[in-house]
Amino acid sequence: MILEPGFFASTPVQIALIVGGGAALVSGVVGVFAVLRGQSFAGHAFADISSSGGAVSFLLGINPLLGFLGMAVIAAGGMELAGARLARERDLVTGIALGAGLGLTALLLYFDVTTRSTTGVAITVMFGSMFSIPASVIPLALAVGGAALAVSAVLYRPLLLASLSPELARVAGVRVRMIGLLQLLVLAFAVALSAVTVGAILSTALLIGPAATALSLTDRPASAIAAAVAIGVGAVWGGILLAYDSFYWTPGHGWPVSFFIVSLVFLFYLLATIQERRRKRRRKAAGCRGGS
Amino acid sequence: MFSSFMINTWIVATMVAVVAGVVGLFVVMRGSSFAAHALPLGSLPGAAGANLLGINELFGLILFAGLGVIGISRLARRARHDAATALCLVFLLGLGALFLGMSSEYSQGVYALLFGEVLGISTSQIAPVAGMSVISIAAIALMFRPLLLSSVSPELAAARGISSAGMDLAFLTVLAFATSIALPVVGALLVFSLIVGPAAAARSLAARPLGALFLSAGIALITVWAAISLSYVSNWPVGFFVGAIGAVSYAIGRLASRFLQADRAQAAQVPSISTTALPG
Repeated sequence: MILEPGFFASTPVQIALIVGGGAALVSGVVGVFAVLRGQSFAGHAFADISSSGGAVSFLLGINPLLGFLGMAVIAAGGMELAGARLARERDLVTGIALGAGLGLTALLLYFDVTTRSTTGVAITVMFGSMFSIPASVIPLALAVGGAALAVSAVLYRPLLLASLSPELARVAGVRVRMIGLLQLLVLAFAVALSAVTVGAILSTALLIGPAATALSLTDRPASAIAAAVAIGVGAVWGGILLAYDSFYWTPGHGWPVSFFIVSLVFLFYLLATIQERRRKRRRKAAGCRGGS
Repeated sequence: MFSSFMINTWIVATMVAVVAGVVGLFVVMRGSSFAAHALPLGSLPGAAGANLLGINELFGLILFAGLGVIGISRLARRARHDAATALCLVFLLGLGALFLGMSSEYSQGVYALLFGEVLGISTSQIAPVAGMSVISIAAIALMFRPLLLSSVSPELAAARGISSAGMDLAFLTVLAFATSIALPVVGALLVFSLIVGPAAAARSLAARPLGALFLSAGIALITVWAAISLSYVSNWPVGFFVGAIGAVSYAIGRLASRFLQADRAQAAQVPSISTTALPG
C-alpha cells in the first residue's frame, strides 16, 4: 500500500510537506547556480557552520530557523571578506572556517546537553527531524524562501553571465563582486532553510543533488532550474511519504525522513549519470560512423 | 591529567596527530580538502552501523571509508568533481541517519563520534591504531616522490609516466586509513581540522616539502596535546579545541608568511634598485 491512512490529515506531515517542499524549491533554484559556480564545498561548509546557530537556538529556546540563518549569513559574509581568489586557497579557507564552526557547534551542543539535558539535540541539529518542526517556523520559512527566490529572479541574467564567464560579464558592465556577494547570501538562505528540514549535514543533498542531476540532463539553465526544482520537491515529498509509511513496516518505529530524501536524491543522480554516459557513447558512435 | 586512565589517550592521540600531520600536508598540496572532509564524515555511519550489529567500530569505519574512496574516485572522474564528492558524502550520511534512527538509545555515542571522546580509549584499541598508523606512514614514505611530484605538477608527473588517477586513488586510500584511526578520538567532524589546520600553517611557513612535513606533524602534535589538556581541565569537548587551535594556527601561519614575503620582497628590491641605478 503506497498511501497509508491519515497521511494528509496529520499536522506534522502537513508542516513537513510545506516547509520541506519550500526548502526543496529554493534549493533547486539556488543549487543550479551553486553547481555552475563550483560551490559544492562552500554550500556544505555553510551548512556545517550554520549548525552552530541551530545549537544556539536550542540553547536559548528561540526559533531554530533564526539560529541557522544567522550563522549561515555570518559565514557568507566571512567568506566574502576572506576573499581568496585562487580555487585551491579558497577550498583551504573554506575548510578551516568549517572546522572552526563545527568546533563551536561541539561546544554549544555540549552546553545544550549539560544545561538543558536534551540528549537528542545533536541528532536533531545534524540530521534533522522533519516531523517535529514547530508550526511557528512556517511564516519565517516562507519569508526567507520568498526573499531568496525574489533575489534570484532579479539577479537571474547577470548572475548567469557572471557564473558562466566572469570576464564577459565584466565587459558587459556587470558588477561581478556585488553579484557574487548577493549570490552567497541567497546560498546562505537556501542552506538555512534546508538545514531546518533535513538537518545541517544533509542539507547539501538538497542543494547539490537535484541541481547536479538536472545539469547532467540538460544544458539550458532555465530548464535545468525547472528540472532541479521538480527533482528536489519530488525527492522531499517522496521521502516524507515513505517515512510516514515506514511506521507501518516496522511497527511503532519509523525510519528517518532524511534517509529517504537523501537516498531518493542519490538515486536520481545515479540514474542521470548513467543516462548521460549512455547518451555520450551513442553520440560518439554516431560521430565515428559519420567520419568514416 | 597523567593518571593511569589517561595514558591510553595520550598514546593514541600522539600517533593520530603524527599521521594526520603527515597526510594533511599532501591534502593541502593537492587541494583535496573536500575529500578530506567527506571521508571521515562519510565513514561515521560505519561506526554507527557496527555499533548496531555489536562489532568493533573500527571495521565499520574502514568499510565505509572504503566505500567513500570508491564512490568519490568512480563518480568524480568526469566534470564537477566537487558535486560528486558532496553527493557521495550525503548518501553515506543518509545511511548514518538510518542507523542512528534505529538505535534510539545511542545518542550519547553519536555525540562522541561526531565531536570526539578522549576518555573512552581502551588498551585494546592501541594495537590496531599503532598498526594502521605505521601502515599509513609507510605508504606515504614509499610513494613520497611520485606523490609529491603529482601534487605539485600533475602534468610533469604524467610526463614521467605517473598516472594521476592512480595516484589519486592511492592517496585517497591512505587518507581513508588515517581518518578511520583518528575518528574515534577527535570525532568525525573535527578529524578534518586536525588534518588541514596544521598542514596549512606548515605549508605557508616552510619552503621545502620535507621541512613542511616535519613542521606539520609537529604543529598537529601540539594541537592535539593542547586540545586534550584543555578539554581535561575545562570538561569541554575536544573537538572544539581542535577546531579553534587549527583555525588560529592557520591564521598565524598566513600572517607570518605575509611578513616573510614582505621581508623577502624588501631584500630582493634593494639590489635591484642599485643595479638599475648603475647603468643610468
